[in-house]
Order: sequence, then C-alpha cells, then structure tokens
Amino acid sequence: MRITTTVNGEQRQVDDVWEGESLLYVLRERMALPGSKNACEQGECGACTVYLDHVPVCACLVAAGQADGREIVTVEGLQVEGELHPVQRAFVEAGAVQCGFCTPGLVVATHDLLERSGQPSDPEIREALAGNLCRCTGYEKILDAVHLAADRLSTSEKQ
Amino acid sequence: MTTVIARPESHTKVIGGRVGDSPQRPDGNLKVRGEFAYSSDLWMEGMLWGVTLRSPHPYARIRSIDIGPALATPGVSAVLTHEDVPGEKLYGMDIADQPVLAIDVVRYQGEPVALVAANHPEVARQAAKKIRVDYEVYEPVTDPIEALGHPGWNPGQHSTAPVVQVVELNAERARLHPNGNLVRHLKIRKGDPAPVADVVVVGEYEVGMQDQAFLGPESGLAFPAEDGGVELHVATQWLHSDQQQMCLALGLPPEKVRLTLAGVGGAFGGREDLSMHVHACLLTLHTGKPVKMVYHREESFFGHVHRHPATMRYEHGATGDGVLVYVKAAIYLDGGAYTSSTPAVVANAGTLGIGPYVVPNVQVDCFGSYTNNPPCGAMRGFGAVQVAFAYEAQMDRLAAELGMDPVELRCRNAMTEGAQAPTGQVIDSAAPVEELLRRVQSMPMPAEHPAAGDTDLRALPGGVSNVTHGESVVRGVGYAVTYKNIGFSEGFDDYSTARVRLEVVNGEPTVTVHTAAAEVGQGLVTVEQQIARTELAVDRVVVHGKDTRVGSGGSTSASRQTYVTGGAVKAACEKVRDVLLGMARRQLGHTIAGLRLDDGKVVSDGEGVVAAIADVLGDRVIEETLQWRHRPTEPIDPETGQGFAHVQYAFSAHRAVVDVDVELGLVKVVALDCAQDVGKAINPEAVVGQIQGGSAQGLGLAIMEEVIVTGGMIRNPSFTDYLLPTMLDMPPMKIAVLEYADPHAPYGLRGVGEPPTISSGPAVAAAIRQAVGKPLSRVPIRPEHITGT
Repeated sequence: MRITTTVNGEQRQVDDVWEGESLLYVLRERMALPGSKNACEQGECGACTVYLDHVPVCACLVAAGQADGREIVTVEGLQVEGELHPVQRAFVEAGAVQCGFCTPGLVVATHDLLERSGQPSDPEIREALAGNLCRCTGYEKILDAVHLAADRLSTSEKQ
Repeated sequence: MTTVIARPESHTKVIGGRVGDSPQRPDGNLKVRGEFAYSSDLWMEGMLWGVTLRSPHPYARIRSIDIGPALATPGVSAVLTHEDVPGEKLYGMDIADQPVLAIDVVRYQGEPVALVAANHPEVARQAAKKIRVDYEVYEPVTDPIEALGHPGWNPGQHSTAPVVQVVELNAERARLHPNGNLVRHLKIRKGDPAPVADVVVVGEYEVGMQDQAFLGPESGLAFPAEDGGVELHVATQWLHSDQQQMCLALGLPPEKVRLTLAGVGGAFGGREDLSMHVHACLLTLHTGKPVKMVYHREESFFGHVHRHPATMRYEHGATGDGVLVYVKAAIYLDGGAYTSSTPAVVANAGTLGIGPYVVPNVQVDCFGSYTNNPPCGAMRGFGAVQVAFAYEAQMDRLAAELGMDPVELRCRNAMTEGAQAPTGQVIDSAAPVEELLRRVQSMPMPAEHPAAGDTDLRALPGGVSNVTHGESVVRGVGYAVTYKNIGFSEGFDDYSTARVRLEVVNGEPTVTVHTAAAEVGQGLVTVEQQIARTELAVDRVVVHGKDTRVGSGGSTSASRQTYVTGGAVKAACEKVRDVLLGMARRQLGHTIAGLRLDDGKVVSDGEGVVAAIADVLGDRVIEETLQWRHRPTEPIDPETGQGFAHVQYAFSAHRAVVDVDVELGLVKVVALDCAQDVGKAINPEAVVGQIQGGSAQGLGLAIMEEVIVTGGMIRNPSFTDYLLPTMLDMPPMKIAVLEYADPHAPYGLRGVGEPPTISSGPAVAAAIRQAVGKPLSRVPIRPEHITGT
C-alpha cells in the first residue's frame, strides 16, 4: 500500500508498504529516519516515542496505515534551525546520555511534558517518564536534565 | 582524597576536558538528535534481512531438517543449516562447545537451528516457519545440583511437566557434554579445616536469573568484500574475540574478516558472546549481498547469555564478641547449556565468596554446571553479585544472633590494606571497607513516611495502584558492602592496544586516538580524549572509529577499560611526547632541562615557553602504536584456591531505605545511598553515572528482575513480563566518591562499573528483611514472599 504523511514538516510518500508494518518500521527502514528506536517493539520501553498529530505515541504500536494522511514529528525533527532543542542540549549537558538508545524516546517524552507543564515537580516528572525505560543511567541524571531544560525554557519564555 | 556528591547545585561545566574533569561525551549531540548510528540502524542498497530459526525445545535430538518449502518461498535468497558452516562448527570464547547452527542435538530452548535471508524481514520470518525440523524431544536436565549427581535441595524449584511427548532421561542423555555436566569446581581451603566457633549461623540462599536487558537489540550488517572476505558492523564488547571466533567458523584468515563497532545500545556482559555475527556473515557470503539482522526483544532473551542463577549454602562461625572465625560455603551456579564464561564466573564467585572480610578459616566449594536451561555467562558483577546476596544476609543473621548492630559487625571484620583474601592474596592498596560503611551510615536519612491517609499516593509502595493507602507500610534500613576484582584474572594475558597520532590539522595540533576497545555507553571515548589531552597538552582530540584495523583492546567487561585501554592510551601518548620533545631539542640545537608540554606548547621550567607544538611538528606526523599490560596475575592452586589471582580490587557500600506495605507485599525503595572508592575519578560525572546506573540494576535483581525458567523454558521473554526498574522505582541517591589511589594503576584509578551493581541489591534485601521480619532468602523478593501467601 501507499502511505502519505507529513514527517518533520515534510510531505513524505512511500509505496509497497506491507500492511503488517508498523509506523516505526516505515520511519526507520523506508524513510531513512532511524532516530526512533526499536528496543521492545511492544510499547513497553518508550524508545520509539514520536508525535502523531501532536500526541506522543509509541511508533511500534501504530500500524503504518494508521499514519496515512497524518502529521508525525520524530526526534530528528526537534532541532530548531539546526540547533539542538533545549531539551536535547540539557540531556547532553546533564550527563543523561550513556548508551543513548533510550534517549530519542525520552527527549520526545520530555519535550511533550514541558509543553504541558512548565516546571514539573520530581513526582510529576517520574510519573510522566515512567513509560520510558533506561538501562544505563538509573534515571537520576535524566531527572536533572528535565529540570535543566525546564529552567532554560521558562527563562527564555520570560525574555 | 576528595569527595564528589551527586546532583550538583549547578550544571556549570568545567571546560578543559582533562583527567579529573567532566567534559561532555563526544557522541552526545549525535545521540540526542537521533543521528547516532546503532547496529540496528544500518542500511545498504539491496540488502537482505536475515532471521534465525530457533529450537522450541530445551533438549532434543534433531532427526531431520527439510528446508525445501522455505527455500521455495518467493523473496527468499538463502536457507542455511550447519551443513553450510564452512569452518569449525563449534564456537566459544575459551571453550568451543556451542554449535554455530545445531547439528544433531539442541541443548536449550532458542538454540539456533537454521537461517533465512529474504528481501523483507517478515518474508524471512514466514519462510523460517516453513522449515520442517523433526525433533525427538528429551526430558531436560534442569537442576544444576542434580545435574552433577549431588543430592538436591530446594525441592520446590524442580521443573514442571512439559506438554510434548518426552523421552525420559537415562544416564547417557543426562550427560550433556562429553566430559559430563561439571564446568568447573573451584575450591578454597584456607586455615583450619575443622574450626570451632562460639556462635554459628547457617543459611541457604537463591538468586534468580537476571537479564542484561540492554535496550539496543543484537544486530548488525554484514557485506561481502571484493577480496572474498567479509565486513561486519556490529554491537559487541570485544571486536577481536569476535573476529577470532568468526574466522574459525567461516574458515577465513583474520585479514579477510574485518569488524567495525557500530553504535552499541548497552551491553552489561550480554554482548561478550557471539550472537548474530557468524550467521549474518554466512548469509552474506552465501548470497553475495549485504545482510542485516536485528533481533526482536523476545528473540533477544534467547539470543544472549544471562546472569547465572545461584543456589548457595553458607555457614558462618564467630566468637561471642563478633569476630569471624570461619566461613564455609557451597555455591552452585547454573551455567545452562554451553560453557560461555562460566569458568571465570565460578572463579569470581568462589574467590570473592565471603566478601570483604578478614576470615582466618575458609572453605568454599563453587560449582558451575551444565543444564538444559538458557546458557549463562557474563553480566555486570560477574559472579560477585550472587555471593554478595548470601554473605551479606549471613552477616545480618550473625549480627542478630550476637545482638550486634549489623554495621558494627561488618566493621569489626572489615578488610584493610594488607589483609589477606581467602586466596592468600594480600590486598596491596587501599581497602576502605569500614570507611565506606561509615560514610553511608552517616548520610542524612530520608524523611519519615507520613501518617496513613496523609500521603501522596505516588510516594507509597505500589504508587497510585496501592489500594491500602499506606496503613500497613513499615520502613526498613539495610546495609551491604562488597568488593570486586577489576580486569581479567588467573594469569590471563590482559592487554590493550593504542595507536596515537599527533599532527597539525588546519594549523592546530590534533591527536587521533585509535583503539579497538568497545564503547558501549560507559563513556570510554570521553576518557580516551581526556587522557590524550592530559598527556599531550592538546585540546583537539579525535577518537577514531573502533575496528579491527588496530590491535585488540581486550573486552569491555570486568570494569577494565579505563584501567587497561586508558593505560594503553596513556603509554602511547607518553611515547609520542618523548618523540615530540626530542624533535624540539634537536630544533633548538641545545639541551634544555625539564622540557614538558603545557597548553599546546613546549615549555621548560627555566625558560618558559620555548616553542608551540604546531611549530615543532610542522608537516610531520608522530604515530605510535603499543600494547599495554597491567601487572601479571597467577592461576590459583586447584586444590587450595591459593594464589595471586586478581590484579585489583574495588570496594563499594550501600545503605537502602525501604517502605514495605506488608499487607500487599509491595516495596518502595525510598533511598539507596552509596559510597565507593574509585582510586581516581578520571571523569567524576561519568563515575556518578556508573554508580547510579549500576545501583539500579542491583535494585532490579533484589525486587523485580528475573528470567523465569521452568522445565528449561523461558516464561517471560518480554519487557511486559520481565520487569525493569522505571523512573518511579529508582529513588534519589546520595553518593560519596572516595579517591584512594592504587599505586599499581594508571593515575591510581580503580575500575568503577561493577561494584555498585553488587552491593546495592543486598542492601535493598536487608532493608526489606528488617521491615518484614522474615528471612527472605531468595531474590528477587516478590510480594508473595513478603506476605507469605
């Protein structure tokens, strides 16, 4: 089948998609966007989190056909004019990245959290990101990164 | 000595990036942008997808394999079996006993039987289902103690009846390998064989099978080379060990099997053994096309070794005032179907089996067995994790028997520098066991949990799912301390190779560091840059991609890379520096005392700056390649276990504070504080990251993580059913990093990665026991163990 979507602001069309393919497979293998990660492929780890019509979803749980005609933003689409988004920058600076396989999903999930809540508390962050598994960091520096990004975003909004 | 406390007040970075600083990782920006190329992200024009057909049975004889219908499937390019393996058909890191593809017998569920390459992964998977394998199914050997013919214990743990028609075991079939079912029996015999003590405590303990659960699945891309060889881009922990095993299986010389490290999504021991390496190369050599293989999560549970489950019986004897007189231990580790690294895991569990305590009389018998359970091998902590649960539970039990405080009992028996390990090895650098315990003991305690009904549900055990709202929540506090060998032991030739190049690029002196040491997320690439900047006083340092075009870096395991590859990079830089300073002397035409490098310049104490490095170099290039070794170790005596077995020891202690809902059996770890001696923190932020991440894995084993195996079958091969700690499960940590230099190691550093995974779990288990008042001698501790229902 043919799938037509908007991905990271660009109109994309792919042909010969098998009906059983997930949005994650189409992004990674057909659209050359492997940033969204394939860690569990059953919606448990959050590594493939993308925006689908502005709502964060696990791309592995979305059938490719469901994405037809819709708008998708992946981790590759979060940069602003070629610069790292403040959330991305905070993850690097806080040491929240080790192997980094969970990072794209966490960056998207954090991006979404900070869109909804400017200065989330620790319990709010933990609850919001509990669907994103990280095996390397023990999460402490991810918590630091979220706070750092929240501080920077709220400061830039005030200016 | 300095102390670094986690969660700094400010995120201001020290710019500079030399040893002791915390510069950002060179791959960080790529990773947050989603542009870092992991082994599962690779793509080539015209590539095929490879899949593996695996045995559904833990033990069976293969009567026949019919690949005809699979091969006839449209889109399929190849279907291969053991007959297509051109070289050695068995592989293994030290002992080659594992078939590349099953030959006549399968010995564990998930053993690879056949391969398919097709133009789409789903086409390959469907074709694999059409391969007809006729099995004669045997009753599996599942008890690691009975597998050795030893009288069993823990009758509740035996296998359940399988559903298929099964041929019962007889003496011949119960022997899984030609030499029987014993992988290794390690004995420690020290002091009086029949010691007598005032107080004796005995306990039996079990540790479940843990999975590394790295997030990046086993994967890689192989493609044929013009010289008849093969290229493989893969996620691994040791490129050269892989290469050596692959050459044997493929029947190719090393120059025709070239490996490049792709992005690695975590490892934790699970990538020491080969997974899809040979398989992808077989398919690519057979088809002449690039072949990509990526395991699904379920397949990953069958595609790598796990942490050995352990069954342990301990007896501790002490004087009435709490001085240890003796320890006796019998330790059984289930190695599963093939050898993997079981011999070395047995060595660690045996030699480290009584913990960091001074004990004059020690008898340890540590066994590794073959069974038809999933193969077990390396996982962070490597044998030291299992025994720590037992010896630390014993210390608590002994303290209770003596009416002593558990920390006081530990301190009374703590190892110090100059103490003798059970192997007779004298600890010849700092052993701050007591200080580590005192450090965590003196850290501020978390706030008491609020009265029932008055609390944020999210703070309760079970979180918002807690249905009692905290009426039955009891707090407990537990301590544990441990030590771990760093680097490869028992006389292993444990070296690393570094190639360091210094040249002027765009007017700026530039260092390129090339090693084959695998970066798996821990930050070795950052450390390599820091060492080169420190030794050569140059800001711009490029870390070359990791591949087999330079000599072996040894394994990224045993917490050894900063020590050994760091040592190699340091030594190669020193050699480059000597050459550079020689050039400077010749150019100056006279001898200047005390020439050294500082901030891009050649300086001397007497004359200050004498030349810029860039000017000394001009268009010349200095390149040095060398192998570097830590001091040698020795094999231990097979009868007494005595010998200089380990190159270095690292120590850590944890204090865990838990809230337990004793009615529901739910646990919330409220605090998990750690003190660790790292000798020298080469990168303090990365050290803290290792402690936090390592502690999370220990917490996981204590209360949630287990590969459940019954009848040789894995029952929970998914992240739905194998539970990993989430952000809600990990508490904030207070961390003290001690720096007592080890005079034998580069910069005085100690390996960092493993100790926190070892002492965290036993501390959590101890805290739960204190809250619940039950022995809880098996981990992971589940709700039903706490409630007794």
